[in-house]
Amino acid sequence: MPDPQSADPRPRLGSLRKGQRAEVLDLDEAAVSSPLPPGELERRMIEMGLVEGARVELLHEGFPGRDPIAVRINDHTVALRRAEARAVLVAPLD
Amino acid sequence: MAAVASLADPPRIALVGNPNCGKTALFNALTGARQKVANYPGVTVERKLGHFVSPAGARVQVLDLPGTYSLRARSPDEEVTRDVVLGRFEHEPMPDVLVCVADATNLRLHLRLVIELKKLGRPLILALNMMDVAEKRGCRIDAAALLAALGVAVVPTVAIRRGGIAGLLAQIDRTVAVMGPRGAAAPCGWTEPSAHDLRGYHREVEAVLRDALRDAGRPSLATRRIDAVLLHPAVGLLFLLTVLFLMFQAVFAWAEAPMELIDAGLSALQAAVAAVMPDGALKSLITDGIIAGVGSVVIFLPQILVLFFFIQILEDSGYMARAAFLLDRLMGGVGLHGRAFIPLLSSFACAVPGIMAARTIENRADRLATIMIAPLMTCAARLPVYTLLIAAFVPDGTVMGGMIGLQGLVMFTLYAAGILSALAVAFVLKRTVFKGAREPLLMELPAYRLPSPRNVLIGLLERARIFLARAGTIIFAIMVLLWFLASFPVPPEGAAGPAIDHSFAGMLGHALAPLLAPIGFTWQIAIALVPGIAAREVAVAALGTVYALSESGDALESSLAGVLAADWSLPTALALLAWFVFAPQCVSTLSVVKRETNSWFWTAVMIAYMTLLAYAAAFVTFHVSTALLGG
Repeated sequence: MPDPQSADPRPRLGSLRKGQRAEVLDLDEAAVSSPLPPGELERRMIEMGLVEGARVELLHEGFPGRDPIAVRINDHTVALRRAEARAVLVAPLD
Repeated sequence: MAAVASLADPPRIALVGNPNCGKTALFNALTGARQKVANYPGVTVERKLGHFVSPAGARVQVLDLPGTYSLRARSPDEEVTRDVVLGRFEHEPMPDVLVCVADATNLRLHLRLVIELKKLGRPLILALNMMDVAEKRGCRIDAAALLAALGVAVVPTVAIRRGGIAGLLAQIDRTVAVMGPRGAAAPCGWTEPSAHDLRGYHREVEAVLRDALRDAGRPSLATRRIDAVLLHPAVGLLFLLTVLFLMFQAVFAWAEAPMELIDAGLSALQAAVAAVMPDGALKSLITDGIIAGVGSVVIFLPQILVLFFFIQILEDSGYMARAAFLLDRLMGGVGLHGRAFIPLLSSFACAVPGIMAARTIENRADRLATIMIAPLMTCAARLPVYTLLIAAFVPDGTVMGGMIGLQGLVMFTLYAAGILSALAVAFVLKRTVFKGAREPLLMELPAYRLPSPRNVLIGLLERARIFLARAGTIIFAIMVLLWFLASFPVPPEGAAGPAIDHSFAGMLGHALAPLLAPIGFTWQIAIALVPGIAAREVAVAALGTVYALSESGDALESSLAGVLAADWSLPTALALLAWFVFAPQCVSTLSVVKRETNSWFWTAVMIAYMTLLAYAAAFVTFHVSTALLGG
């Protein structure tokens, strides 16, 4: 699958390792392919608390391929797939 | 609706809130209504209406709306919430007061919906639920500051223990007293918020929290620690498999004693009735038709309750969402959404709630694929058939050094056959008719909670009531009809063979027999399969009726299992088991498929593909086992 962002070195939620903490910087829906209409994934993510400034921590990983991931977002936990989590730009905190 | 007429109606409130906010528990606490309380996002998919009498003496109607994160509906059940709240729903008048239920331990997420609802300008009350948990974690919320910052009445509650309900009732009375004229309530102007609007709501929430949240408290580590084990790629999957395996073993082990009790009771009843009644058609109807027929279904109540007990515990504890997490990638292999796990697991109890639970899957193709395979999960109604045939044909031994019961193992295999074929069908569907990328997964993993015994009990009682009501109505009517078909016309004087051979049922069975002979079915099975279309479990009752009437008096006393073991070959029994793995649909499943897909086409496709699979599976099973066993 062609990935226009593969050269983009900015850290993303989808590439965090287990136990890593980060702060959400921006949402970049264009970085992932989804069957949803444009703007929909971004809005769903905001509704689940993935918004600029949110503190996230990757708590658990699924199987196989360390996917999906369970992410602590402030006070709650959300499961999502790494592919879509690539739409979330983050600044790792440690 | 005229303003005068609507003034006479009781005030209507609607409960709105995120999934997992305890909204359904609050609904139960307010109305005492019996319904399921669950921890998984989206279990409340049906319309739940109740009422209570407020302290001021007003009769208030309460509507429990499906949980949603926003009014931007993504799935059919969220659309219901949106349309009712906005007064657009054709079957539901606009609620007078909205009660927004929010989890006090997670205000940052839950207050965003409050902000969105506030924009509607409708009377609104905020119920701060799970206050006990919040306080235990050292979280301090200033209710007065929250009221000032939000401009919305705030009532703290602990719905699961019915705490704070008096305060909520008093607030509802106050709000109803000051609300404007009801006839004037026009549908709200509402437009779908953009990403920019949503970010704005978040900033409003942050501002409110700065004012009202005195201490955020310590986050609970328990859920995290449990998840470190239960979501572990190896340990977690092993745990999930163990839970499912134990569940099916328990269905046999725990239900055995009560089933024997029911069986003894029924036999005693049958004997008592037979002793006092004169011989004749009426005696035959009551003992052979009604007691034997309905009784052979009622006897499975313990097994069904054990199964529902497990499903209810898994839902209420919050484990269901974990199972969906663990299986997302594996189910993705056949193109299914992790969320499809809930409808599929519910379908082990009954395909009807399972298919309805598929409403929480947003994408139509994903949803249709899930609905199409849900009936392949072995529903509780198939249990009677499996149990009967296993008891008749599988020896009650153990394997692996007495660790595992052989009968339970066969049962597990039948369940596994259903699951594997469902996955295979899904695989084919997703590569042919339902092509396209999978819907993104964005699912909350709620904190683990100890299921409330009261809610589990309420849920089980409701299941028992529904099952017995079914046995008392549909199944009762079918049994009477079947008894009539099997008893009339009476055989001519001095006729050879059992009486049923000469009846309408015998004629029907003989007519169908050539069609079913290639798969090893006898004409008695052919008769039993006809009423089985109305409800699967009736097939067993029908076999009971057919054999009770076609055998002599002695055979009546021996158990049906014994009769079958003597009458059928093993390949026939195996073929019938295979048939029931893919069993043609019961009428209630088909009607719910029609309703949920809104399409006769998909309903017809389901009937066709399942009947075809059932026939093919029975054909292969019969001929392979005949060859292996040497005919």
